[in-house]
Amino acid sequence: MNFQIAVLLGQDGITNGAIYALLALSIVLVFTVTRVLLIPQGEFVAYGALTMAAIQAGQPSAVAWLVTLLFAASAAVDVALLLMRSERAVPLRWMFAGKLVYPLLMLLAVYKLPLATMAMPLQIALTLALLVPLGPLLYRLVFQPIADAPALVLLIVSIALHVSMVGVGLLVFGPGGASTTPLVDAIIEVGGVRIKAQTLCVIAVALLLIGALYLMFGRTLYGKALRAAAMNRMGARLMGISPVFAGKATFSLAALIGAMSGVLIAPMTTIYYDSGFIISLKGFIGSIIGGLVSYPIAAIGAVVVGLIEAFSAFYASTYKEIIVFTLIIPVLLWLSLTSKHVEDEE
Amino acid sequence: MPSKPLKSHKSLTALAIFAAIATFAAPVLAQVKIGVVTSSTGPTALVGISQKNTVPLLPTKIGDLTVEYISRDDASDSTNSVTEIKKLISESNIDALIGPSGSPNAMGVIQFIADAGVPMLAPVGTAAVVLPMTEPKKWVFKTTQNDDIIAKALIGQMVKMKVKTLGVIALNDPYGENWVKVVGELAAKNDIKIVATERFLRTDTSVTAQSLKVLAAAPDAVLIAAAGGPTVLPQTTLFDQGYKGQIFQTHGAALPDFLRLGGKKVEGTILAASLMLVLPEIADSNPSKKMAIDYIAAYEKLNGSKPATFGANVYDAGLLLQKAIPIAAQKAKPGTKEFRAALRDALEQTKELVATQGVYTMTAADHSGFDDRGRELITVRDGNWKLLK
Repeated sequence: MNFQIAVLLGQDGITNGAIYALLALSIVLVFTVTRVLLIPQGEFVAYGALTMAAIQAGQPSAVAWLVTLLFAASAAVDVALLLMRSERAVPLRWMFAGKLVYPLLMLLAVYKLPLATMAMPLQIALTLALLVPLGPLLYRLVFQPIADAPALVLLIVSIALHVSMVGVGLLVFGPGGASTTPLVDAIIEVGGVRIKAQTLCVIAVALLLIGALYLMFGRTLYGKALRAAAMNRMGARLMGISPVFAGKATFSLAALIGAMSGVLIAPMTTIYYDSGFIISLKGFIGSIIGGLVSYPIAAIGAVVVGLIEAFSAFYASTYKEIIVFTLIIPVLLWLSLTSKHVEDEE
Repeated sequence: MPSKPLKSHKSLTALAIFAAIATFAAPVLAQVKIGVVTSSTGPTALVGISQKNTVPLLPTKIGDLTVEYISRDDASDSTNSVTEIKKLISESNIDALIGPSGSPNAMGVIQFIADAGVPMLAPVGTAAVVLPMTEPKKWVFKTTQNDDIIAKALIGQMVKMKVKTLGVIALNDPYGENWVKVVGELAAKNDIKIVATERFLRTDTSVTAQSLKVLAAAPDAVLIAAAGGPTVLPQTTLFDQGYKGQIFQTHGAALPDFLRLGGKKVEGTILAASLMLVLPEIADSNPSKKMAIDYIAAYEKLNGSKPATFGANVYDAGLLLQKAIPIAAQKAKPGTKEFRAALRDALEQTKELVATQGVYTMTAADHSGFDDRGRELITVRDGNWKLLK
């Protein structure tokens, strides 16, 4: 191995690591606030990449119909609950209007806009607008009714949701893979080393998102409320923080981060409807390294996963995946030996 | 895709009556039952969908016998393949089986179909379903070209291009593994040195490290042994890293998706595959040309899209049965153990059967039956498949 190869491998590892770090962060976020281990996080990535690809190909993405369907389902649940009077009537009128208007807007956008010739930022914005509502909608329909169930039940439901989202992905996007045009298509030469501008772009966006999350949690009221819900759910509820709001907000963030990761990774590789799982699994290792609580350690862990992946693929490509996933064993050993077990569930 | 709405209730009623008559009338006629198991959903769906869509094109009347096809989806899952096939054997009492779509799935069901004595026509890639020939594999016939026929063509082309060193990037699965083995043997015989053998996974989002390793070994040519969409990523990565040598692909790349995903970066690739990809350029004297044109036209009329070569593998299975069933019918009645055994023997006796992919001549030792007429050297030029000249 010479210097140039090391730099290229490092570049590859850090790029993938940045994506894993984003996913690790959202997995930690969702877990701490709602106790749900978000296995379908990877599906948001695949959906993001494939929706972006569909938009660039100028095809009206069937995701719009999925969003419509979910909005309709959530509206139906609201009506049913209202009729049963088991839930206090929320200001339904404007919420209902929103639930009707938003999917209509999306359908209009998908069928009427000149998708393929739109500017790239608009394409990204549309992708995110289509996918981010999936987060709160899925929380509303799947997790909110069982929010107080034991963590194991939440995990099993989460796995079920992952499996069905892969199936829906096949239905919506088809079996063929897709990749998109790079956000920036340039190569920067620094001292004989070729660095792809796309790589820098990925790292920049990842850092930006991490910074934004940091600011949000540290400085804004909503961020602080989420943090409170994460630390002590009961206490937060006593302070007037709605656990439903916290759940929906974290799921929106998770969907946003997932879809954005998909948009970032799509130009560098081919994404299939079922590609998300293995990507989020590596983010998951990162979040395990952070003990499912620490954001910075999870992010660093995820980057380490990316680097180990790149270098082990170079030295022993046959055993790459084994090496990456074996990494979790010493970490778990270390965590179980050092962690103080605290039960603060109820 | 929404199906066309029926014009009126009248036609619906007519259809129902017809269906009822067909159901009641069927047992009166002598009938052959063929099970078809494809992966029309799941990771192998890219292969399975064109196979499932080909089923309506299979012959429904062979000699005096009517043929019923019972189509099942195994969702690309090996366990499902076994369950579906066991059900087809025990509940539907099938006389022969076409499928399953995936190589691992086919490997998993061999013992069951051999135990039940049902001939299986497997439209799968790996040669391992028929080689080495064992007692259970006597019931298996394979309707695709064996890897070594394709590999011989590729190695022949490498020798012609004076390739001395070769790098291999293979999928880390049975398909890639078999290719590494076959190419290793053939390359050694032809004085081609394999300087790097790298593996990658279908799910990998980056093959940068592997292609860097290959690049560092600086081979004259690189062979990518993968199937379906994953064929593209190693090649585009090599392109981006500035590799200037010749890149070879296996018949696993023979998909429209390869051109769609690869774009300009796969120009000049050389692969060997069935003549279906370059039909207009094939000489009319080639006996398979007419068969392939007819198949593609019929498929397009039915489904509104062009079939992948994988669909033709199922179509060929139908042609093989069309020839073998009348011979077997002289010996025994359909639905009996004797008929199935006779069908197996008849399939094994197939000689010079012209099909869409080439010409089949089966023997007791060769249950794939293709010779050099089953493949062409093909290259990518201006975003299209072209015959290599």
